[in-house]
Amino acid sequence: MLQAPGDFAEWRRAARGLLAGGVPPDEVSWRGSEDGASLFGDAAGATRQGAASLPRELVEIAERVICHRDPEVPARLYRIIWRAARDRQLLARTTDRDVDWLRGADKAIRRDVHKMHAFVRFRRLGGEAGRERFAAWFEPTHRILRLTAPFFQRRFYGMDWAIVTPDARAIWHDETLAYGPGGMKQDVPDSDVVEDQWRTYYGAIFNPARVKIDAMRAEMPKKYWHNLPEAQDIAPLLAGAEARVERMREAAVSLANPLTDKWRTRVPDELALDDDAKTLGELARAVDRCTRCPLYCNATQGVAGEGPERARIMLVGEQPGDQEDLQGRPFVGPAGQLLSEALEEAGLDRARLFLTNAVKHFKFEPRGKRRLHQNPTTGEIDICRWWLDKERAFVQPDMIVTLGASALRGVMGKSASIKSMRGAVHELEGGSKLIATIHPSFLLRLPDRERAAEERVMFVADLIRARKLAA
Amino acid sequence: MSAKPILEKLRILADAAKYDASCASSGTVKRDSVASKGIGSTEGMGICHSYAPDGRCISLLKILLTNFCIYDCRFCINRASSNVERARFSPQEVVRLTLDFYKRNYIEGLFLSSGIIRSEDYTMEQLVEVARILREEHRFGGYIHLKTIAGADPGLIALAGLYADRLSTNVELPTEAGLQSFAPEKKPETIRKTMASVRVGAEEAIEATRGRLIGKAKPPRFAPAGQSTQMIVGADAARDDDILKTATNLYSGYQLRRVYYSAYSPIPDASQDLPPVRPPLMREHRLYQADWLLRFYGFARAEIMEGANGGMLDLSIDPKLAWALQRREVFPVDINRAPRELLLRVPGLGTRAVDRIVAGRRLTKLRLTDLAKLTASVKKLLPFIVTPDWRPGMLTDSADLRARFAPPPEQLALAL
Repeated sequence: MLQAPGDFAEWRRAARGLLAGGVPPDEVSWRGSEDGASLFGDAAGATRQGAASLPRELVEIAERVICHRDPEVPARLYRIIWRAARDRQLLARTTDRDVDWLRGADKAIRRDVHKMHAFVRFRRLGGEAGRERFAAWFEPTHRILRLTAPFFQRRFYGMDWAIVTPDARAIWHDETLAYGPGGMKQDVPDSDVVEDQWRTYYGAIFNPARVKIDAMRAEMPKKYWHNLPEAQDIAPLLAGAEARVERMREAAVSLANPLTDKWRTRVPDELALDDDAKTLGELARAVDRCTRCPLYCNATQGVAGEGPERARIMLVGEQPGDQEDLQGRPFVGPAGQLLSEALEEAGLDRARLFLTNAVKHFKFEPRGKRRLHQNPTTGEIDICRWWLDKERAFVQPDMIVTLGASALRGVMGKSASIKSMRGAVHELEGGSKLIATIHPSFLLRLPDRERAAEERVMFVADLIRARKLAA
Repeated sequence: MSAKPILEKLRILADAAKYDASCASSGTVKRDSVASKGIGSTEGMGICHSYAPDGRCISLLKILLTNFCIYDCRFCINRASSNVERARFSPQEVVRLTLDFYKRNYIEGLFLSSGIIRSEDYTMEQLVEVARILREEHRFGGYIHLKTIAGADPGLIALAGLYADRLSTNVELPTEAGLQSFAPEKKPETIRKTMASVRVGAEEAIEATRGRLIGKAKPPRFAPAGQSTQMIVGADAARDDDILKTATNLYSGYQLRRVYYSAYSPIPDASQDLPPVRPPLMREHRLYQADWLLRFYGFARAEIMEGANGGMLDLSIDPKLAWALQRREVFPVDINRAPRELLLRVPGLGTRAVDRIVAGRRLTKLRLTDLAKLTASVKKLLPFIVTPDWRPGMLTDSADLRARFAPPPEQLALAL
């Protein structure tokens, strides 16, 4: 005989006793106090033979499911823990009849809890001076007040509140949560001044052009409506929807708002795209707005070179990568980090170099949450030479170091293999010298560690040579 | 500026905000008001506190700070040339409304957007100020979603990220051409740069957390619910393929949590170069399904488009089924033996059903009666699966398979 339906502690005490006494489920008859009449007597005095151990998940589910209003619940739950004590895998048997029922009942409870979190509506009782006080009337489908009150405690710590249901009430006052007997709708105020604002909001946020009543009712079933202040507006809103849309459709297109031109003067004029940049800063802005090839369509921004205008050495990479594209600066990603380390080893101060790329926009292939680098075509490199040439003209470096094949093409204007060019110093038109080496990302891609270490030494050696020749 | 009563302002500025689809309050960190002794909590899972008769969830107080706007985007009810009634809230008024609604458990928090007034920076400052007052002066722990104004100073975006759970920048139209003709002041590259600064801000915050010394205070979080965006569907000539292409680029580049697809719906005082049609709700629905296939089912965009026609998704059947009908050689799939990735490709099986199947088949061979407990509808699965008590035989390759699923034409007309 259970005195308090939905009380997990009471059911657990009884169930523990029965389980320890080895009483099989079909010999137990569970009655709630509401059922009156007979007690179950046969197992009440069973002797304890030690606590049964049950999976933690099952205990958690039982704690919720005991709140279910189905009078069969205590008995069915007992049968399940009886079986679980003998079959540790029981909960994983998703096709088992008992487990299926348990999952279904648990789902119903969790949904009820979720809906209570959502649909409780507090009304203000007072508290102008200090703490505000609120109260709500709510009718949950199951006996879930104890499952939901902690949520309201965590959320509304800084105010006093009470939630009254037909079965029980929860009161949060003086930073203490207490439970009391059930009540009636009349126990809480029947209005709140803010409800007018809420209903105004509800009406205004509704889009009459996309009525979907079933979607609304699936998530906000009618049984909750009588305690929701906004629900009284549903019928009138629906009744007027078609007419509102019709009016929108029929209304002749009106003249533009007479103030339009005045307002729009505030929109800043776009700077004209200036191909004849006078400074490196202007050049960078022009690079950012470049539309000479379609790469700009998906990239975040054009990334121009960076460094002092009078730099003696210019380093040319391939193209911005993921991080460079986001930050708008060259060589700030993983390859850039490796480059910085190598420069330091070579005795070069990164701040005194001019760093740029052969192609100014990031070319990539989207793959889930990442962007995979794609090599630029020779066409794209050649189109983008326009900008590299301008940067070279501004900086007039003594020495250009090309990192990788794309950079080499960008500087030379024709394809050449790094292998054949490496190790020697080449004279470029206009007086600069050229050293060709690999791109640091090549080192990152090498799976063989030993090989990568060797290549790294050669890379640093190339940088050292560049430093000495430029000195 | 005329001083309208608060109810008037609320009506105008909520009406102006309803074309933004997002109302999500999920995906942020767990937070409550116990330590602060204030008001507000977030528990990871969002809560929809009400539903409007348009079937949309109402989770947040979704309003504009003002619907005055110096931009003239054709599709927007608040464009400069529109004759819509205008209003403007003060930051204090928004704070007051948010707290009043929150304390009555109407909402999870605030989603604040705004028309552009004076300048992008000024507008962004105003939005940030509302969030600052809520967080700092009222210890508000509820959800805050701020619209980032494209082109605003990155410093302001960084500040917004400290107060907000989510930031969003709308791309508005899926293609460059669409944006050029319908929203001349908006620049795709400015929008992308703003999204990039949100991603960079979030990554820097994570980096700072990793690098902190043990015992030191945690550095502040940056927009823990990430960023999202919205595209309007059906206002311009963009095809579904273009839309999904833009979406995949955005997901990969800026770590977006969500791309919202919003069927263009007629607005009062519409610009004459827009279709005065019913919103293409089914198209919007199919795009969301395709988006889910991209993110949770291992589909590539090109695969989804195999089931499409001329770059447009099939409106009468869902995109997974459309793909399966083109790729029948993949089926039937053995429910008891197929790897997870293959089960995800079966029309009618969702991610949760697949998880249950994978868990259930470890202990017992699954038959059709078992499947009925694990999935919503076995009937849809039949042509595509094999179980010990079922083989589809010729059904998988039958010519009229599509007709089994596609609704008859007159019903389709209704669905549109």
